[in-house]
Order: sequence, then C-alpha cells, then structure tokens
Amino acid sequence: MGMTTAAIRASAKPDVAVIEKAHPQERLIALAGNPNVGKSTVFNALTGLRQHTGNWPGKTVTNAQGVYRKGDNDYRIVDLPGTYSLLSNSIEEEIARDFLCFGGADATVVVADATCLERNLNLVLQTLEITPKVVLCVNLMDEAKRVGISVDLKKLSQKLGIPVVGTSARKGHGLEELMTAVESLTEGQTECHPVAVRYTQVIEQAIQSLQPLLERYLEGKLPSRWAALRLIEGEETLARRILAVADLNEEETAALLEQVAAARRTILDSGVEESKLGDVMVRCIVLMAETIAAEVCTIPCRCRERDRKLDRLLTGRLLGVPLMILLLFGALWISIAGANIPSQGLAFLFNQLEEALTRLFTYLHAPRWLHGLLVEGMVRSLGWVVSVMLPPMAIFFPLFTLLEDVGYLPRIAFNLDHSFKKAGACGKQALTLCMGFGCNAAGVTGCRIIDSPRERLIAILTNSLVPCNGRFPMLITLIGIMLAGYVSQGVGSVLSALLLAGFLVLGVVATLLASHFLSKTLLRGVPSSFTLEMPPYRKPQVGQIIVRSLLDRTLFVLGRAVAVAAPAGMFLWVMANVTVGDRSLLALCAGFLDPFARFLGMDGIILMAFILGIPANEIVLPIIVMGYVSGGALVEVGGIAQLHALFAANGWTWVTALCTAIFCLFHFPCSTTLLTIKKETGSIKWTLAAFAIPVLIGMLLCTVVAAVGKLI
Amino acid sequence: MNRTLTLNQLPIGSQARVSGLLSQGRMRRRLLDLGLVDGTLVKSIYASPSGDPVAYEIRGALIALRGEDSAQILVEA
Repeated sequence: MGMTTAAIRASAKPDVAVIEKAHPQERLIALAGNPNVGKSTVFNALTGLRQHTGNWPGKTVTNAQGVYRKGDNDYRIVDLPGTYSLLSNSIEEEIARDFLCFGGADATVVVADATCLERNLNLVLQTLEITPKVVLCVNLMDEAKRVGISVDLKKLSQKLGIPVVGTSARKGHGLEELMTAVESLTEGQTECHPVAVRYTQVIEQAIQSLQPLLERYLEGKLPSRWAALRLIEGEETLARRILAVADLNEEETAALLEQVAAARRTILDSGVEESKLGDVMVRCIVLMAETIAAEVCTIPCRCRERDRKLDRLLTGRLLGVPLMILLLFGALWISIAGANIPSQGLAFLFNQLEEALTRLFTYLHAPRWLHGLLVEGMVRSLGWVVSVMLPPMAIFFPLFTLLEDVGYLPRIAFNLDHSFKKAGACGKQALTLCMGFGCNAAGVTGCRIIDSPRERLIAILTNSLVPCNGRFPMLITLIGIMLAGYVSQGVGSVLSALLLAGFLVLGVVATLLASHFLSKTLLRGVPSSFTLEMPPYRKPQVGQIIVRSLLDRTLFVLGRAVAVAAPAGMFLWVMANVTVGDRSLLALCAGFLDPFARFLGMDGIILMAFILGIPANEIVLPIIVMGYVSGGALVEVGGIAQLHALFAANGWTWVTALCTAIFCLFHFPCSTTLLTIKKETGSIKWTLAAFAIPVLIGMLLCTVVAAVGKLI
Repeated sequence: MNRTLTLNQLPIGSQARVSGLLSQGRMRRRLLDLGLVDGTLVKSIYASPSGDPVAYEIRGALIALRGEDSAQILVEA
C-alpha cells in the first residue's frame, strides 16, 4: 500500500466536528443526501427555520444544526454537506463521511430525490455500509408525481431493509411520518436490517479474510466490512484514518497491513487491474442501485419533455444569453419601480418618529447634545438605511430566491461556463457570483463548492466585483441622481433598471477579466474538470419563498446594517460636531482626502464615506449626505429629488455620480467579507489581494471617466 | 455494428453506452459517483449557447460536462 508504519502512526486522529448535545437525553440525527434534493428544505421544515446559520443560495456548506421535538424527546439535527458519494476526498465528502463515521449520531436520515432515485441510491447504499441506523426520506414526491414518476416506497423499504418515508418537504407533506420513523428507530421500536452491497466473488473473499482481524482491532468503532473495503481499495487518506481509529501498536499495524496486502494480491491475481480496483467496487454499488431502482420506480419515457423544451429556450444558442439578461433586467426593474412607494412611506414614518422623539426630548429638557447624538445621529441614520435599503431588498431577494427555487441558477452557470473557462476559471463561479449578489461574504463561503483550490481562490478574490445587496440601493440612488432632471419618473424606472443592469453586466465582465488576469499571473494554471448537475425545473412555492427570503436574508442583512448604522450614526454626529479651530473633524478629514478624490472624479467627503463605510456599505450614502449638511447631522430622510438638489449644490455633476457609482461597484469589500476571506483562505496575503483588486479596478475606471468627463 | 467514439463526439440527441473512462484522479471518481460505469446509457441532450459544455442525461439526472472532460469518456454507439 506504499505506507510505512511510522507514517501511519504519525497521522493524526480525524478532525470531526463535535456536536454538543444540549442535554444528554437529546437524540443526535445526521442529515445526509445528494446536492439539490431539497435537504435544506427538509431540515428547515423539521426545525421550523430555527437554525443558527443563514441559508444562502446554493449548497449547504457548513454544518447547520437545529432542534425539533417529537414525543418525549428533543432531536438535534445536523445538516451535512450535499454529496454524491462518501468515497472520495472533496471537502464536503470528508465532512459528511467523518460525521457519519465518528459523529456519534443516534440515527441518520438520508434525503433522496424521488425524480432521480437511482443515482441517489448510490449514496444510500454507501451510507448503509457505514451505519445501519438509517431512515431514507424520499423527497420531492410531488415533483415526481407531476412528471409521472411513481416510487413504490414499501417495496423500497423491503429491498433496503430500512424505514422509507416519502415527503414533499416544501409542502410540508410526510414530515410527521418522517419524525415518527426517526423516533421509532432511536427508541428501538424499529430495527434495521440493511441490505449489503454484493461485490464480486473475489472481493467478497478478500473482505472475509480481513474482517476477523478488523473486528478485533476496531472494537465496533467502525464497521469492519466497510473498513475492509477501504483498506483493500487502498486510498491512502482513508486507510490512514481507519488505522488511526484502530489505534494499533507497531506490531499489530504490520500484521494488518500484511493481511491487506495479501488480500489485494489475491484480487489483482484474479485479473483485476490495480487502477481499476476502485472502479469495480463503485460499479457494484451503482449496478445494485440500478437493480433496486428498476424494481421500485416507474418512469414514463417522456417525463422530461417540458423541461427539455424550457431548456432549449433558456440555454439555447440564440436566446439563452439574451433571456438571461432580460430576466435580470426584469427583476431589477420590478425592484426599482416597486420600491419607490414603500420607500417614501418608510421615510415618512421615520420623520414622524423623529418629530415625536424631538418633542419628547424638549419636554424632558434633555441636553442638546444628547438629542443630537441619539435623534439626529442614530435615529436619522437608521431611518436612511431602513427606508432606502429595505424596499428594494424586500422585492429583489424574493425574486432572486424565486429564480433559485425554480432551478434557473445552474442554467446560468451552464450558459456562462464557456466564458469562465476562457478566463481560466470554473463554471461554478457563476453560482458563487450569483450568491455574491445577495452578500459577498456568503458568496465567498459558497466558493467551497468549487473543487480546484486554484479556481476557488480566483472565485473568492473576484467575488466582490459584483454588487452585494448592501450596494444595490446605493447604485439605484446614484443612478436616480444621474438621471434626475433629465427624464420623467415613468421613463426613469425603466432607464434606471437598464443602467443598473448595465452596471451588473460590467461587474460580471470585470469578474471575468480579473479571473483571466489572475490565471495568467498570480494563479497560473489551466481550468480543471468539473461536473454541473442541472436539477429539474420545480414549481416554486411562492408563500415559502417570501417567508424564507424575508426571514433568512432580508432581515439578516438589514439587521446587520442597522447594527452598524446606529453606532456609526452617533460616531458621525460626533465627528461632524467636534471642531478643531473653525472646522469640524469631518471637514478636516475630507479636506485631507480631497485632492486625491478629485483625481478620481469624486470629492473628499465621498471617499471618506467609502472608508468609513467599511463595516457596512449600506451607510456610505448616508455619510455623504451628512458630510454635506452644514448642521452636522443627516438631512431629513427624503427622496431622490431632495438628494439631487443637495448634491448639485455641493458641486456634483453626472460625472461625479457616475464615478461614485463605479467606485461603489469596485471598491474594497466590507469588513465582514474581508474577515470571511481571511477565514476561507487562511492567508493575509490573499485577503490583501482581495482588498486591492477591486480598488485598483475602481481607481483605474474612475480616473479614465473623470479625465474624459473633464474633456467633454 | 458498434463503433467506439468519445462522448464529446456523440451528436446532440443521440445516445450511447459507456465503454471506458480515460480520466484519472478526482474527475474519474466523480464520474463514477455519478453512475458512469461501463455499460451505462448516456444521452446527449443539448449544448450551452457557446456549444460547450453539453448537458447529458445520466441515470435520470442531467449533468453538464466540458468538452475536454467528455473527450475522456469512451462510448459505444
């Protein structure tokens, strides 16, 4: 096997996430499954959204946990990353496999896709080799029914020897039954007699030759059959883990390795090529899945007809890309046009609140500075952030989730893959880019779905080149200011959406160019292989989408913004009201930055606002406004027309607005994103690169625009 | 008469059976995990707007593969 005893003994114990039970009686449940099978939906439905990590578009990449109660017990459920297999060594598979092996779960729920059961059974059979206590949850039963696929769950349960429950988690169907099945398994009312994969005769003999020794060495810490298979297969990392668990002395290790070598020799002597040994094993599992699926599933031959038609349109040679841009534009236009009225309403409410508070402060004879700090500083900043940010977010997020829910995002990756390949990157970067539209920090975390380390790094470093939702409202406002005075309101929202779509396309183009540049310089290499699964189109659950995107995303992002805006508002008020000589601190700092900022087509106040906005991009615009108002506090919350008048009075032209918008699109990531990049790359150097890349692009573009603007 | 070709040569809309994988390492593993073992029926469904990647139907799932990767998959049509 090419391993020395010393090397094995030196290898550390596997690093498994230890899940703390809240109390010893709590049952620990692992949730496994292929990607795109609605595992997160099952998780959310079971735990009632009471999970502690935000759920972003795409795959679950960290172990989310949640608790539900059934009967007399609490069940702590751990959402494992979606994987196709448990045999290779991608990060996700390692996390999932290690948890199943060593996590100490009382039971495991494997979620499978009813519309694609055969492929899913592969993982089920592999899981059963590791742990017998499994409940199979066949999800998406409603989708299967819709396309005419039927699954005989009873027969499937007999074939596999484990409880099988059919669910439609998005509609909440079958969850009671699932919880009951889990309960009777953990409480010992049901017993599993899982089917074992039959390997070829020579492999079976090899397994049997190793099992007695392994039984003794492993003492039940790992199933001996599974361990035997992995040792025979000879994949080093896994073999080392198994030996580390067995915790053998040198003599025992040597004895075991010798037996393994003998077993391997017998197999190789029978005519199996060494490099094909793993293939033969996988083939046995796949064929068994095929046989079982054929017996329990009825699949009409034309069941995918509608999907194919839709795909011919959405990924078609002629219409694929235009339709993609049109969809993006549509979503943006609805967000912009729809946000106006609620924005004004919220602004009105905050003004009312402010007036009421002012009356209260006057009534209480509170000191002027306290009123300034709390009302003009904090409440007014909050008012700006909430009324400018909340409406477009509350509209755009559900729309985006809708596209995700229907299954359109993988099609975007499919359409754009060729461009990403040309840039030396991975097509899945299109998915992380889409996540970046929600939040760059989430996009950076999402980059874990990219297997190649080089391509993952490229995706991480360029993720901030698309505007996150904290920057959306600012872009919308800046575009409004650019257009104000030129066009009427009605035409305005269409034109705004067009310009905004233009900015987003610019962001995507910059992502591609920067990726290309990186793969030619710092991260040299050729694009590596990848597979991209395109799940069937699914009927969206509109009600769920609204709840989920409001709870999971809108409120989360807004909460963060508010948490930053409130103290920042107070800090700004102090800066604007503490004077050195005859000028405020704010004015002094802005004056210092001014010459440099002018060069970039902006002014000192704007640049300083970007710097002060590092904790959260949402507060950049409020800071600019505050900087301009001589009173030293933000002006009353108001509309675009008011802003335009104020900015124009401070020397803004359309060039200033354009440069600010460009810099908004391309500048340093917010502190949360930077910390996430540091965490994901584990390197200060790459974090600095992620800081510098967008800034350089932004400065370059702004300089050019400012220079051209002066000539015109 | 069966003829052997690589998957990327398979015309859109036609199908073939896998007869061997030339890819190595992680990609080979991933293809096997997706069920692409010898004898598996693969159908070429449609290409992306630029012609590459192409989406294939593999054991009921729709999987997109790049040209250079599908060139590593031998099929018999």
